[in-house]
Amino acid sequence: MTTPKTNKQDVDKVTGVETTGHEWDGIKELNNPLPRWWLNVFYACIVGSVIYWVLMPAWPGLPGIGGYTKGTLGFSDRANVSKDIAQLQAERAPLAAKLSGADLNTVEQDPELMQYAFAAGEAAFKDNCATCHGAGGQGVKGYPSLADDVWLWGGTLTDIRHTLEVGIRADHDETRYSQMPAFGRDGILSAQEISDVTDYVLNFSGNSDAGAEALSRGQEIYAVNCVSCHGDAGLGDRTQGAPNLADAEWVYGGSKAEVMTSISRGPFGVMPAWAGRLDSSTLDALAVYVHSRGGGE
Amino acid sequence: MWNKHKIFEKHSWLLSIAILVVVAIGGIVEIAPLFYLKSTIEKVEGMRPYTPLELAGREIYIREGCYVCHSQMVRPLRDEVERYGHYSLAAESMYDHPFQWGSKRTGPDLARLGGKYSDEWHVQHMTDPRSVVPESVMPPYAFLDRPLRLEPIKAYMTANTLVGVPYSQEMRDNYKADIIAQANPDEGDVSAFLSRYPGANARVFDGNAREITEMDAIIAYMQMLGTLVNFEVYEGEAEEHLR
Repeated sequence: MTTPKTNKQDVDKVTGVETTGHEWDGIKELNNPLPRWWLNVFYACIVGSVIYWVLMPAWPGLPGIGGYTKGTLGFSDRANVSKDIAQLQAERAPLAAKLSGADLNTVEQDPELMQYAFAAGEAAFKDNCATCHGAGGQGVKGYPSLADDVWLWGGTLTDIRHTLEVGIRADHDETRYSQMPAFGRDGILSAQEISDVTDYVLNFSGNSDAGAEALSRGQEIYAVNCVSCHGDAGLGDRTQGAPNLADAEWVYGGSKAEVMTSISRGPFGVMPAWAGRLDSSTLDALAVYVHSRGGGE
Repeated sequence: MWNKHKIFEKHSWLLSIAILVVVAIGGIVEIAPLFYLKSTIEKVEGMRPYTPLELAGREIYIREGCYVCHSQMVRPLRDEVERYGHYSLAAESMYDHPFQWGSKRTGPDLARLGGKYSDEWHVQHMTDPRSVVPESVMPPYAFLDRPLRLEPIKAYMTANTLVGVPYSQEMRDNYKADIIAQANPDEGDVSAFLSRYPGANARVFDGNAREITEMDAIIAYMQMLGTLVNFEVYEGEAEEHLR
């Protein structure tokens, strides 16, 4: 070892710092070691990492052996989240159990239960339902309003709960299903016939200015094509989700052009079945929340 | 010891090689185990390669930069699981090249989007996001109603095969037939398609049966996201799945 020893006596005149004793062509190297505190932090990090290896999952196993060092704390993100969720469910369990299968009266007379159902229902509604039905359940064209007292498939708590569970025209064995023919696109009715029957339909709610002749032509077409689902007076049929045509509510718009489009194309609105995605107690709470938006029955 | 170090200090090539060796050791220790450890290459039932139409949708997703605002990764945290559903598994990205985990959520996470909304909603939302979600800041993608170019999809499949996605020769040869069968079941051989991609959705996604559009592809992709693994039978608590 011929490493030059530090010459304590050799202090650089300009800076007042001692040199390492190295010298190249008259140029000397100043000795400015790392600050002590910095070195101490560095050593502490090394010690800390060794402690971490012992406590937490750290090293992968060797080839052929596999696995990894699991650490003495038994830390696992997946186990932790399962525990957190189980704890959450346990906290909700008493009220969730009370809500499950409870009838409307019971819910309405129990403020604590109502509050729970509202809080849980609102949270689920905002993420899952508001995207189509609007933040306040007001609906947009093509997606029915939940804030009024018009219901396509029934507005009781049980009906709403069932619709949520199985969906409408959804991927579920028991889904609510019906299909209106596309009278125009499939060539069942001519454009003139669609116009006539539209006049007749709009006349249910007094919104048609068509003459008596057109109305009577429309009535004939209606009697043949529409009556079996929408009924004589256009009141609809909830068992098959046929909307009421005599009120002021229109899922796909109530202008003559919009109604003609609906008759021509045959609306086929889909609501997903939520049974697989949301758990049963969430559906209970959602049903109460939706029921409360407007005119639950 | 210092004298030996002189050798490196005086020979820059030797120093470069030595640096490379030292860095490589660190890299190997970190990376090599990922290739042989069972815990990093968890096998999960239900995973299948993307259908050609879904793959085309994925390319559109990447092309339009959807990942800039949407993540595809439900983290194992209580609030995320409550909102989006089961946390994402590594295996769910096994056929993603590149994966779409993302790093920012201006919009919601999409890892469990499949089946959450109707096809019709997706069309309307892509065409004019604010017509269904007034508070949305998503740009409209109405132009996706243009016809889907089928030719590049075979190249996507070949490229994916090269990086390890198990597309068979049969799958690659039948890509066109499979796209037609999936996007317009009345026109194509759906049973042959389903035999190659079990459980895939086959329907007219964009409501327009006259042509196959980019909208069909992106919605086919949206509607399968996060639906391949059946979490009713997946045992996240099992010893071999804990991590």
